[in-house]
Amino acid sequence: METFYEAMRRRGVSRRRFLKFCTMTAASLGLPPAMVPEVARALETKPRIPVLWLHGLECTCCSESFIRSAHPLATDVVLSMISLDYHNTLMAAAGHQAEEIIAEITTNHKGRYIVAVEGNPPLGDDGVYCIVGGKPFLHQLQEACRDAMAVIAWGTCASWGCVQAARPNPTQAVPVHEVIRDKPVIKVPGCPPIAEVMTGVLSYILTFGTLPELDRQGRPKMFYSQRVHDKCYRRAHFDAGQFVERWDDDGARMGYCLYKMGCRGPTTYNACSATEWNDGLSFPIKSGHGCLGCSEKDFWDRGPFYNRLTDIDQFGIEKNADEIGAVAAVAAGAAVAGHALVSAGQRLLQKRGSDDDNA
Amino acid sequence: MTGQPDLPDTQMESLRGAYVYETPVRLWHWINALSVVVLSITGYLIGVPLPTTTGDASEWYVMGWMRFFHYVSAYVFTIGLIVRVWWAAVGNRYARQMFYLPIWRRSWVSELLYQLRWMLFAERRSMLYLGHNPLANAMMFTLFLIPSVIVTITGFAMYAEASGHESWQYAAFAWFIDLWVNTQDLHTIHRLAMWVIVLFAIAHIYTAVREDIMSGQSMISTMVNGERLFKGRGVIKR
Repeated sequence: METFYEAMRRRGVSRRRFLKFCTMTAASLGLPPAMVPEVARALETKPRIPVLWLHGLECTCCSESFIRSAHPLATDVVLSMISLDYHNTLMAAAGHQAEEIIAEITTNHKGRYIVAVEGNPPLGDDGVYCIVGGKPFLHQLQEACRDAMAVIAWGTCASWGCVQAARPNPTQAVPVHEVIRDKPVIKVPGCPPIAEVMTGVLSYILTFGTLPELDRQGRPKMFYSQRVHDKCYRRAHFDAGQFVERWDDDGARMGYCLYKMGCRGPTTYNACSATEWNDGLSFPIKSGHGCLGCSEKDFWDRGPFYNRLTDIDQFGIEKNADEIGAVAAVAAGAAVAGHALVSAGQRLLQKRGSDDDNA
Repeated sequence: MTGQPDLPDTQMESLRGAYVYETPVRLWHWINALSVVVLSITGYLIGVPLPTTTGDASEWYVMGWMRFFHYVSAYVFTIGLIVRVWWAAVGNRYARQMFYLPIWRRSWVSELLYQLRWMLFAERRSMLYLGHNPLANAMMFTLFLIPSVIVTITGFAMYAEASGHESWQYAAFAWFIDLWVNTQDLHTIHRLAMWVIVLFAIAHIYTAVREDIMSGQSMISTMVNGERLFKGRGVIKR
């Protein structure tokens, strides 16, 4: 199998551009400049890793994001880098021809290929809610993952379930790690994940031949170890207590913190505030809208998106902790006042009774 | 250790009393009360911040100070709780009462029901206790101790988010994040537990004042000088 460098040269990329690319890749992985030759050597010598990119219940926003990656370079470079052998929306093959690719890769590259999953399998009614090539997606996923080196769960669907797994989850969609238990699953959540994060994870695996260090939830530490809030450029306004109180108020125009507007930056682990989107152009908070927490588990069920405090609907009513607590506190206060009144009355009566006895 | 007060279980007319709450218990009570007040106010205002400030961000540090005082009092609260657990082990028997409910003791359960009836005006006299009465004991355990442990764990788990993967807070408390994964839930649980403690404070202060007046035994002064005083007749329970 040809190396990444050979594939790049075949596509007319100059050596100079190749080395630039290696520098960008090293930088995006947080490696020191001395590691650039390592990256170049790896890409020159190692065979490209075959990647099977499967699609379950999803909206293809992960793919859309992925093909807009700026660092490492855009589409053709990334596509040649990883030898993307199967990808419903990008491959030329169709029908049986396409499905044969999976069989070919899984038999000829046992233990040396990666399965990247976009979306997730619905388990309800034997999986009929997502049929790929005439079979439930779950079967395709399990077959493809059987001899994989690792599984990458692209996006919040594959990582946590996302919108199709939100209550009441009618199709019983489950994240990938709940059905693939014998392979390392790297979660790259986000709806979609940041393009540079996706390509960064892949280029790390290609460069070092090992999986990146993961946090307790299975997310690559290099991109998901900090919250959006921790690196937010509006953080100074948060610390100062300067908030947007209403859309289009003065604070909104001044770029104040969106915390009171329900921004989920303080509870969302992602690299948005560091790498930003579309080649570093912007990210939601920079555009004046709070973070929705799209890379977090069950973020659809942690609404409302425009309130800081989450609604608790376990009691059958939509109230947040403060509303429940305040009602309980007022009720307790009223109970105490009533109780005190009755106590005082009773005491008064008793006293009068004992006075009468004495008289 | 002061040991157990030697009180005759006889009925006496005069004022009787005994030393029950040792200095560390009383000290903890008031420090803890102060930290709960600071924690509740700053915590409430972290979730629902004050109206926005204006002008240059460098001139203000409202949320910064709010969080600072919250963290400082949280450490006071937590260390206080740990010291209190230690004192429960080495102190007198009344220092231990708050940490367990003796539901296996039939007399405790029946006296709990008696105290409930007393609070519902169905009994004419309160029983007399050197330590906590069963109802107070149950309230402290369920409405203070349990939510305190929950706020402490959720609090430090959220603290670990800011202090990062290498911090001791992360090493010690990140397991708790795994139970929910989405840390928005930590905030919700933390806040609900805070409200439970607010409810406890309302009930605790009211019943302490009421019992002090109506039950024939001292409450408030006991938490100041440690002496439980009884006036009038009645069998004193341990």
